[in-house]
Parts: sequence; C-alpha cells; structure tokens
Amino acid sequence: MTKKTVEGKIIRISGPVIEADRMRGAKMYDVVRVGDEHLIGEIIRLNEDIATIQVYEETSGLKPGEKVVSTNEPLSVELGPGLLTNIYDGIQRPLPAIKDETGDFISRGVEAYALDRKKRWHFKPLVKKGDRVQSGDVIGEVQETSLILHRVMIPPDVPGGVVKSVVDEGDYGIEDEIMVIKLGNSSDKVIGIRMFHRWPVRKPRPVAEKYDPSLPLITGQRVIDTFFPVAKGGTAAIPGGFGTGKTVMLHQLAKWSDANVIVYVGCGERGNEMTDVLREFPELEDPKTGEPLMNRTVLIANTSNMPVAARDASVYTGITIAEYYRDMGYDVALMADSTSRWAEAMREISGRLEEMPGEEGYPAYLASRLAEFYERAGRVRLLGSKKIEGSLSVMGAVSPPGGDFSEPVAQNTLRIVKVFWALDADLADKRHFPSINWLKSYSLYLSEVSSWWEKKIGGDWLGLRNKAMALLQKESELQEIVKLVGPDALPPREKAFLETGRMLREAFLQQSAFHEVDTYCPEKKQYDMLRIILSFSDKMHEAVEKGVHMDDIISIKSRELIARMGTFSNIDFEKHFKEIEQNMEKEIDNLIKKQNSNMTKGE
Amino acid sequence: MGRNIEYTTVSEVAGPLMIVENIKDVAYNEVVKIRTSYGEERTGQVLEVYENKAVVQVFEGTRGLDTDKTSARFIGETMRLGVSKDMVGRIFDGTGNPLDDAPPIIPEERRDINGNPINPYAREYPREFIQTGISAIDGLNTLVRGQKLPIFSGSGLPHNDLAAQITRQARVLGREEKFAVVFCAMGITSEEANFFIKDFENTGAIEKTVMFLNLADDPTIERVILPRMALTCAEYLAFNLDMHVLVILTDMTNYAEALREIAAAREEVPGRRGYPGYMYTDLAAIYERAGRIKNKKGSITQIPLLTMPDDDITHPIPDLTGYITEGQIVLDRGLHKKGIYPPINVLPCLSRLMDRGIGKGRTREDHAGVANQLYAAYAEGVDLRDLVAIVGEDALSERDKKFLHFADEFEEKFVSQDAHENRTIEQTLNIGWELLSKLPLSELKKIDEKHIKKYHPQTQPKKE
Ligand SMILES: Nc1ncnc2c1ncn2[C@@H]1O[C@H](COP(=O)(O)OP(=O)(O)O)[C@@H](O)[C@H]1O
Ligand SMILES: [Mg+2]
Repeated sequence: MTKKTVEGKIIRISGPVIEADRMRGAKMYDVVRVGDEHLIGEIIRLNEDIATIQVYEETSGLKPGEKVVSTNEPLSVELGPGLLTNIYDGIQRPLPAIKDETGDFISRGVEAYALDRKKRWHFKPLVKKGDRVQSGDVIGEVQETSLILHRVMIPPDVPGGVVKSVVDEGDYGIEDEIMVIKLGNSSDKVIGIRMFHRWPVRKPRPVAEKYDPSLPLITGQRVIDTFFPVAKGGTAAIPGGFGTGKTVMLHQLAKWSDANVIVYVGCGERGNEMTDVLREFPELEDPKTGEPLMNRTVLIANTSNMPVAARDASVYTGITIAEYYRDMGYDVALMADSTSRWAEAMREISGRLEEMPGEEGYPAYLASRLAEFYERAGRVRLLGSKKIEGSLSVMGAVSPPGGDFSEPVAQNTLRIVKVFWALDADLADKRHFPSINWLKSYSLYLSEVSSWWEKKIGGDWLGLRNKAMALLQKESELQEIVKLVGPDALPPREKAFLETGRMLREAFLQQSAFHEVDTYCPEKKQYDMLRIILSFSDKMHEAVEKGVHMDDIISIKSRELIARMGTFSNIDFEKHFKEIEQNMEKEIDNLIKKQNSNMTKGE
Repeated sequence: MGRNIEYTTVSEVAGPLMIVENIKDVAYNEVVKIRTSYGEERTGQVLEVYENKAVVQVFEGTRGLDTDKTSARFIGETMRLGVSKDMVGRIFDGTGNPLDDAPPIIPEERRDINGNPINPYAREYPREFIQTGISAIDGLNTLVRGQKLPIFSGSGLPHNDLAAQITRQARVLGREEKFAVVFCAMGITSEEANFFIKDFENTGAIEKTVMFLNLADDPTIERVILPRMALTCAEYLAFNLDMHVLVILTDMTNYAEALREIAAAREEVPGRRGYPGYMYTDLAAIYERAGRIKNKKGSITQIPLLTMPDDDITHPIPDLTGYITEGQIVLDRGLHKKGIYPPINVLPCLSRLMDRGIGKGRTREDHAGVANQLYAAYAEGVDLRDLVAIVGEDALSERDKKFLHFADEFEEKFVSQDAHENRTIEQTLNIGWELLSKLPLSELKKIDEKHIKKYHPQTQPKKE
C-alpha cells in the first residue's frame, strides 16, 4: 500500500458542496480535510483533477484557495466497547465530548474520538496461544454495560491465523494490543488485534449467509405485534404526515422491542426528540431484565439544524454500528427518523452537483440507495467458525409532503420493505393512537411469525387475528351504510358488528404511549385481550339473535371493564381478565334469560 | 488582505442577485457592501463563490444596480448583529439599524446571525407549563417554555388578536422572572405592525420588547435575514442574560416567499410548488433556535404565525413548518364565521410537548384524561354532524345525540372566550368537566376512574 497524500485547493463553494482542484489521485468516497479549520468532507465526484466534496460541517467563511487534504480513507466508524449509551453526531463524533470542547452550541472543526481512549475495560480472553481463529471469531469479552456483553471479534477484513500471544484477563484500553495472530501459513506475518477496529460505513459488513426471518420482534404494541408484526431481521416503514405519530412509535419500538441492542438514528428531525430519549431511557427499565434501557442503546443525532450533508452519513454510521452488534450474535433493531430527510439531503447535494433530476427533483439513484440500506437488514449466519446467528431489523419513518404517500420516497420504500404501517391523519386528529390505519397497513411476515405465537402463546392466534381483521373490515363497510341511513336504521345484528368494531378500535388498537401501564403490552396480555373482545362479540351476537336489545347489552357493567383492559397491571392481569370474562358472560346470559322469560310471559 | 478593494466588476444583475467578477479572497456567506452608481449603500451576502467570481444576494433589492459603475466591497466577515441588553425596548429595521429616534446601541458582542446549532446533548427538555389563559391552548394544546408552537391561520382570520392575547396573558404560574418579547415582522402591513405596537404599549410590554420590522413595502429579500437577527438577539437575551424570551415571527409565509424568490433567481430546480428543495432545512435553522439549555436560566419560546395559502394545510409552508415545530394551533374559517373567537379548530391542533408538561405537580392530575376525553368526544360529535346533514337528527340514537350536542357546547363554552378573558388552568379543566358530565358516565373511558370520582360534577354518578 502506497500512501500518497493528495493535496488540492478549493475553487468553488456552494453551500455544503465544494469543488477542489489538483485532486488527481484521490479516491471516490475518501474523506478529506477542508480548509484552514480542517472541516470534514467526503469526495462524491471526481472529474480529471477536480473533486467535488460534500462537507459535513458548516462552510460559512470558507474561501477558494484554501487547502483540501485527502485522508486516503473512506468515511469509517470506530467499532469497539463504549458505543452503548453514547450519543454521536452523523459522523460519529460524541456529542458529550463536543459539548466539553465547544460548549452548548456546536461549532465546527471539532476533533473527538468516537471511543474513549482513556477508559479501561475488563477484558476476558476466550482463546489461548496456538488456537486457530478466523474472521468473525469471538476472541474475548468485555462487559460493556449491565445489559450487553461485548464480544471482541477478529475483524471481517483480517484473515484467519493462529494465536501467537494473548493478554491475560485484566483491564485494558481500547488501543492496547490484546492479541497477536500469525496469518495463514507463512510464519512471519503477524497482526495485532485490539478491542476496536474501523470499518467504512458505506460497505455492508459481510455475513456467511442470509436466512428468511422467522421470529417476531415483539414490540409490546398491540397493533403491531398482533396485526402487522415485524420479524427479527425484517424491515418496516412507517409513513405519515406531521403529527401522525412516527416519532412516538419509533421511540416506543426503541423502548420496548425485545431486541438486544437498539440503534436510534435521528436524521434531520428535532433536537428535543433526542434530548427526550437521553432524558427518559436511563430511567426506563427493560421489561425483561429491569436494567436501564439506555444500557442497550446507541443514539445518532443529526438534527434538522445540523449540517445537511451529515444526514446521509448519519444513516450509514447508524447501520454500520448496528451490524457490528449483530456480528456479536445479537438481535439488533435500528430506527431511522426520518428517511425522508436523508432522501432530501441526497436531493440537495445532487442539485448542487447539477445532476439530472429524477422524479420530484430526487436523484435517479434514490431507489437504489434506499434498497441498499434496507438490504443491510436481515437474519443471518455470521462469519466465524461457530456458525452463530444474529439479526438486524430496520424500521424507517417516512415523512411525505402533505401526508400524500404517492411521492417518490414513500413509493420507493414501500417497494422494498415487508411491513407497512400506514399512519392516518384523520385518526391522529381524533386522537386514535397509534394512528396506524388497520385497513391500509400490511405485514408480509404474518405467516412466518404465526408459528411462534401459536406455539408460545395460543394455538388459535392466527385464527383470532384474522377474525378480528375481518370484523374490522366489516365494521368499515357498515360505516359506509350508516353514513347513508343513520345508525338507528340498521338491524340489531349489524349494530352488534358496529359495537365489536368500536370495541376493537378503542380497547385493542388504541394504546397510549404515555399511559404508565399500557405503554407496553406483553404478548399474553395482547392475546387475552383479543380473545375476550371476540368472545364478547360472539356472546353479543348470541344475545341479539335471541332478541335481546342492543341498548341493554351495551349497558352491562363488564363492557366498560373490557374497554379498559389495557390499563390492568401487566403482572396479574390474568386473574382480572378471567373475572371480567366470566362476568360478561353472566351478565349477557342474564339478559338472555330475562328476554326468554319476557317472551314466555308475552305468549 | 485586499479587504478594501472596491470591485466595479459587476457582470450581471438578475432578480435579487448580482455577479461580481475578478474577485480575490472572498469567503462563502461573506457580507458585501454595495454602492450604486448614484452613491446609495446596500448590503449583500455571498451565496456562491468561485476562484474569481461571486454570486451575491442583495438585501435591499437590486433596483438601480448596474454593470457599469456599481461597486462591491467584501467586508471580511459573515453577517453579524451587535447585541446588547440595551436592545430591549428598541425597534430595528431589516438590516439591524435602529428605526426609532434613540441613538444606535453599543454592542457588547457581535454575533454571526446564523448562530450555531444547540448540541442536543446540552438541551434541557422543555416541561414548564405556560398558562396563556386560553382554554383551547392550555387545556388541549399546552404550551411550555422553550417550545416552538406556530399558529396556522388564513387571510382575514384573527391570528394577530390571538398572538397579542398570548403575549399579554402568557405566564408561568407562581414565578416572577425576567422576560422579554422579541417581535419579528416580515412583510406585514404597517397597520398590523401598529396593532401590535399599540397593544404592547397598552400593557407596558413595549418596554420589554425588541422589534425587528420589515414591512410590506420594505425590500422582500431582507426577510431572509430578519428572523435570524431576531433570534440572534433572542439567544443573547435568553442564554447570556437569563431572560425568558417569547419570539413572535410573523408572517412566515412572507419569509418563504422571499426564499422562493432567491431560488428562482438562481434558476435552481424548484421543489414542490416552486419552493426550494432545501426549504425544510432552511426553516429548521430558524425554528430549532427555540429551546432550553441545561444549567441556563433563560429560554426561547417561539410563536411563528403563518397564513396558509388557500387555507390549505398541505401547502409546503404550513406542511414543512408542521414537520419541524413542536405542534401547531390551527385557526378555522368555519368557526370564525360562526362567530367563535378564538376560532381554533382543535382537531388538527397539536402540542407535542404537552404530554410531559402537564399532570400532577405541573397542571392538574386529571389534565391528560380530560384532554383526551374532550378530544375523543368532540371528534365523534363533529363526525355526527356530517351524518345529521344527510339523515337528520332523528335517525341518531340517544347516545349519539348527546355527542352531537356536546360538540356544539364545546365550541361555544370551551373554545370560545373573550379576547380579554384570562382563564386559569383550573377554570379551563372545570369547564371541560362540566361539558363531559353531560355524556353518559360509561363513555368516559379515557379518564382514570379515580379522577372521575374526584372531579366529576355529579356526586351521584349512578343516575343517567
Ligand atoms: N402511541 C401514542 N400514544 C399517545 N399519543 C401519541 C401516540 N402517538 C402519537 N401521539 C401524539 O401525537 C403527537 C405527534 O406524534 P409524533 O410521533 O411526534 O408525530 P410525527 O413524528 O409523525 O410528526 C405526539 O406528541 C403525541 O401527543
Ligand atoms: Mg416525528
């Protein structure tokens, strides 16, 4: 490898895009340092001697003539212990360190290591001298947080070999050499391994094999888990106009998903939303372990007022970190809010490059960039000799102008992802939350995950789910008729359908993210709630057939309790639910009896 | 460094832009002093720069510029505003010069008007309830300190009255603290500006107000820098002088038009409806300057006003704004015609910071439940109105009729209030309860049972 430093000079500045001359020899996508303040940029086009560069920091005050120096390395992230609980900007600079250096406001030209160089980690080796190791093999562990055991691996780009030496268990910094391996058969070529390595963000980390996802990612959100589930290793999009609930839902998923590690990318959205996560996650407990949720979370923040070029980088930075934890054998979930802002950044840069605009000004490569991004999700067999599995699930918000899903970002995304959670402004206006439209949304993982549900939770899960869906469909058709004739004109049987629809919507589909209990609904509770609502529905129909008046049915005491099932404690809901169900049956049976005796009396 | 060179090499003037050739050592975004052939001074800013050529945007407009004698001098720094505590009580024009008769201020500091982004790690999450005395806001779309909450209006609707009422009445309960108003007028008429000035004078708020004025007949292009100056001033007052600053930006629609004008002059590929593709980022650079910072006493609360062209909320200006701000207050022509003031249609309204700003210890424990229930009931009532229009009220069940009447009462008693009526949050919530008590008890599913027991006006809840 020859290292020749390419040094050119700025000849044009237009917002975040600059051009530099005398850049021959620099490589596409190499990182460069721009100007006297060494701003960070990336080469995005080369034409003879001229490089076009997107600059990840504010370019005000930059002048033609200032220097541009190539680092000869593509945009990369540092991967090692210390990522969890941290918050980074789009190019992996830690925001706490930036604050220490420049105060409350971010100024430019800040240099800060992504991973703390001084911190000591307790490293426990898992291999010994003489062992054969290959890329991806776990060679030691570090307890990174109370929730995550960090597995130190042979990086994917280091070929296999034999362990020549390894340090004893003890405390080390990430730059310390913890192991030396002899490469291949030649005995003189050795390579030192440290607890961290660098990886270029635009290059997916390799895996041995990709599988079809088969397990559900449990999110504790009823409309998702029961109606439109996402699988571990799956992809989902949540498009919606402003205020329809994209961010709240992604926060909910980040909080409650049963993934091991969460990477949350705030891409071109509000600063306060990142602050909210920083404030709340350390206080929230993981429902399975009781540990603070922050201990499994990495945050990437390129807020809407931060430089636009770094928006593109933020998405890649996030997914590379996510892949890294997947490579340890974890189930990782990444949320990106919002992929539309990323696409707009592409559009803005493309515009400045004067590229031929495609649909609505987006570059022609929009679709392929989105596809490449979501393609990095999956359930996979990892590199390494142990044949371990890991998964990376990806969920992206889409923010369509005017809330109209026919625009290019939403359309291209929907062609790729397997789950579509369609947010609906009408529902949001009525404060039906989450405002996921149950008639428009879909999940292509339903049959894959149903065997898990039926084995673990209830044998008739899919049947119940489909029945509820059919009832909701029926309700919506009846609503159309009601609009013409009014509700009172409907026959009692039809009114019973409306009541079931209402109950499903209000008691099951709606779930407040801010309710202290209902914010998270365990699998069994979801199943029981659905079952009870459907048995209420059956019972109601039975009564109506026997001539019981609908007004009497909806006045029963249990109906109100059914409507409030979500708020019953997640620990001992079962005993309450049993009682509610029995009372409901008893109350309706009484109505039927009364009706029978009235009829006999009448005769 | 050649800083004092007067270039007379203007090669092109188009729209609000001017191109200067054969330049040297010019920085991106640098400020340019321009002199017309007849000696008038103007200010511009470098939008794009090459080794020997700069594209300059001219703030006071390009009328009268020529390619012959017009000269340009690059001043060696980006656009700055001198800030000082003495700005409070003063009025400035679109380039930051005093408009009143008082002497120019002596700046304590000169700041880049573009500011720097607040580090999200340094932000403090805004949670402190501001009582505006307006039920539709306090009860259902609560404002908190450090929030950016715009008013989406339409031409001819009383958004100015509402903004003035908020400015008059807004206060944080139980505190007396340093506060200031920064008022930034972009392209509004002098009549509108006078309305505010008079109102501020009547309440004495004028002493605490900094005004930045660009009126309808002032150069449009100045509107692009005006809010940046206003917010630079606000940041100084809030984060250096510990003041709680309320920033009113009106009218953001005029701001967006100015942006569009520049984009068109640059022959950029237009985005939706001719607005530039980067308008989201540009607006965010303004709105995101609201907020709170850890360990700082002051705060910046923003109330931007905008008129929705054609009352269309999907128009890019309200749309992009709504994507950035922390909610929106939406005025409605239908309600206005019914004579309801403030004509706030609560359904499309939102305060994203409400959930964590209300409740026990902040407003009242039942607040969230009451708000959710009022929303749900009103939405249902409004839906029923459509139905009644077709099938008549008689086709409704008894239950539905109650919701229908609820919707009417809600507009008349809860939303509607006098422009000088200042309701406490308790009064607001109690009106809410009074309305809800006319619905069957079993329908109040969104309110916690304990709160129903404690606050429901009917002490004997068994009867229907
Ligand atoms: N699941 C939910 N439960 C309760 N409220 C919700 C829920 N989802 C959204 N909301 C309400 O809607 C508002 C807007 O949601 P948000 O996720 O910020 O919208 P978006 O990101 O689509 O603009 C929130 O501030 C909250 O009041
Ligand atoms: Mg959002």
